[in-house]
Amino acid sequence: MSERAIIEVRGLHTQFGSHVVHDNLDLEVRRGEILGIVGGSGTGKSVLLNTILGLKSPDGGEVFYDGRAYSKLSAEDLTALQQNWGVLFQGSALFSALTVRENVQVPLREHVSLPLSLMDEIADLKIGLAGLAPEASTKFPSELSGGMKKRAGLARALALDPDILFLDEPTSGLDPIGAGEFDTLIYDLSRTLGLTVVMITHDLDSLHTICDRVAVLAEKRVIANAPVDEVAAMDHPWIQTYFGGPRGRAALRETR
Amino acid sequence: MTRSWTSPDGRARLSVDDGGDVCTLIAHGDWLVSTIGVFDRPLSEIAARFSVDKICIDVRELGRIDTAGAYILSRFALKPCGQNGPELSLIGAHDVAQRLMAEVRTRMLNCPPDDTPSRGGIVATFARIGRGFESATREGVDTLAFLGRAILTFLRVVVNPTRLRWNAIVHQMEVVGVDALPIVSILSFFIGAVVAYMGAKLLTTFGASVFTVELVGLSVLREFGVLITAIMLAGRSDSAFAAALGSMKMQQEIDAMKVIGLDPFEVLVLPRIIACVLMAPLLAFAAMLAGIFGGMMVAWTTLDIAPSFFITRMETAIPWNHFWVGMSKAPVFGLLVAIIGCRQGMKVGGDVESLGACTTAAVVQAIFAVIVVDALFAMVYLELGV
Ligand SMILES: Nc1ncnc2c1ncn2[C@@H]1O[C@H](COP(=O)(O)OP(=O)(O)O)[C@@H](O)[C@H]1O
Ligand SMILES: [Mg+2]
Repeated sequence: MSERAIIEVRGLHTQFGSHVVHDNLDLEVRRGEILGIVGGSGTGKSVLLNTILGLKSPDGGEVFYDGRAYSKLSAEDLTALQQNWGVLFQGSALFSALTVRENVQVPLREHVSLPLSLMDEIADLKIGLAGLAPEASTKFPSELSGGMKKRAGLARALALDPDILFLDEPTSGLDPIGAGEFDTLIYDLSRTLGLTVVMITHDLDSLHTICDRVAVLAEKRVIANAPVDEVAAMDHPWIQTYFGGPRGRAALRETR
Repeated sequence: MTRSWTSPDGRARLSVDDGGDVCTLIAHGDWLVSTIGVFDRPLSEIAARFSVDKICIDVRELGRIDTAGAYILSRFALKPCGQNGPELSLIGAHDVAQRLMAEVRTRMLNCPPDDTPSRGGIVATFARIGRGFESATREGVDTLAFLGRAILTFLRVVVNPTRLRWNAIVHQMEVVGVDALPIVSILSFFIGAVVAYMGAKLLTTFGASVFTVELVGLSVLREFGVLITAIMLAGRSDSAFAAALGSMKMQQEIDAMKVIGLDPFEVLVLPRIIACVLMAPLLAFAAMLAGIFGGMMVAWTTLDIAPSFFITRMETAIPWNHFWVGMSKAPVFGLLVAIIGCRQGMKVGGDVESLGACTTAAVVQAIFAVIVVDALFAMVYLELGV
């Protein structure tokens, strides 16, 4: 794990009308880690993710990838950067008119030239990496369950072998067993493929079992960015309610 | 003998040493998804020529590698469907490559999909015709069932009129009727004008140009006024009905209604049907007026038939029953259009694709049904002598 942060957010300010979402927010993501972002609903986690992805330009402040500021990058450079990223959106965002295999092939077709048969094989490999059964590859998204959709979305996110994987609430809407399996999958993938993972989550179990560090979003800022044990010990009302509540204590017990 | 292949950008190279009875694959440079395309064919040739235990991989020169690279490099050793092939023999050590190849071996779904080969030729053609016929029949039956259900709901509401959704009905009447008034009138005006032109041209050759009045009056009153109305309803309102109900279906709004205790037929379908049945005659009436006006203008400008004469001649030469024939068809067409649009909307499944398909089907079926039913009306009225 090198010391240079792979993503740095400095003094981010975001505002919709008069509604300030982020005010002077700092965040850093280190290479090779799994970072969990937590915060109450509506604290701007998804907006922060969109800003990091370059989908939304900040109203103030700067985002750096590998030391390069987004605002200094041309559109082509940003597109090139985005090829190093895999994203699993909150609603999976699969293309509904395409089968799972075709969904996974979309980034491949767009960015690399490969023989068609090899493209099929690689898509199947990614579907397997995401933990889906072979039968799933010819199905349409509407025929999949919630958990399978997430996995299909993950397979598409992995299509170009990204350096960083961004996940927006990957385990919300999954049953606890499915969520646990998904966590394990993310952990295994990040270790075998050497991925950096940034995940937004509400799932205390994920935080305890797979996240190296946790960033807590509250009061329009990141109020903590540290390993989960240190964060849980911090003296902040929201953190105490979050980690000290019955669910938080249960999750903590399980990992002990 | 050593052969080698290089990726177009020069970042990855594959050398193959297949001199003896063993074959060595030497990987140079970065084996990434963007560079490995050219190695597909040589590697599958080698996999076909040598047995697995005769191939070894030299990774000493290998730079970066990703899962796609690891896959293609170790593909020859992957066995179908989860069985593990023999161990790979590597020359040199490469942490990432070894880890990824192991991962690929455990995760690759190397099961060829069992797609049954599509049978071509005459059998497939007949099968397609049969399927088409079957689905057309089923569509017809289902539409009738939908009509039955709508009538039942209507009767239930009539018994208990407080359940009628006046707000929804009036809103739909505005959207379906009032908003369509300009376009229907303008179209009908042009149709009336065209009929008058054709008639004028033909009839003057017999010196019977004055019969243009009868031609315009008859065709517009009996057929064109109401047909234009029905086709515009199908194009404008049917697609809107299908899309609106369909997207509600997709978002599970319809299910939510049912659970709350609202009958979607009563809340969504019935107001649309009532609005269409009520507004179709009014639109048809406007279309008739506009069509006759169009014919009158053309007769005036090309044949010098003054509007006053045109109107007197219409009064004397065209009996009222033609008008009633046209008007009697309007509510029927309105009903057809509304039923078909709402049914297609309620048929939408979970995905966007079916929303598009059902919207298209709504418009096509409605226009089809309108024209077929119009032909039936023509036969019936002919036999009745009106
Ligand atoms: N496009 C937008 N226009 C206006 N307000 C927005 C927009 N997107 C998000 N917001 C506001 O920003 C806040 C944070 O939203 P979001 O990032 O989605 O929350 P969450 O942390 O639950 O993911 C919310 O209060 C939301 O109302
Ligand atoms: Mg969100």
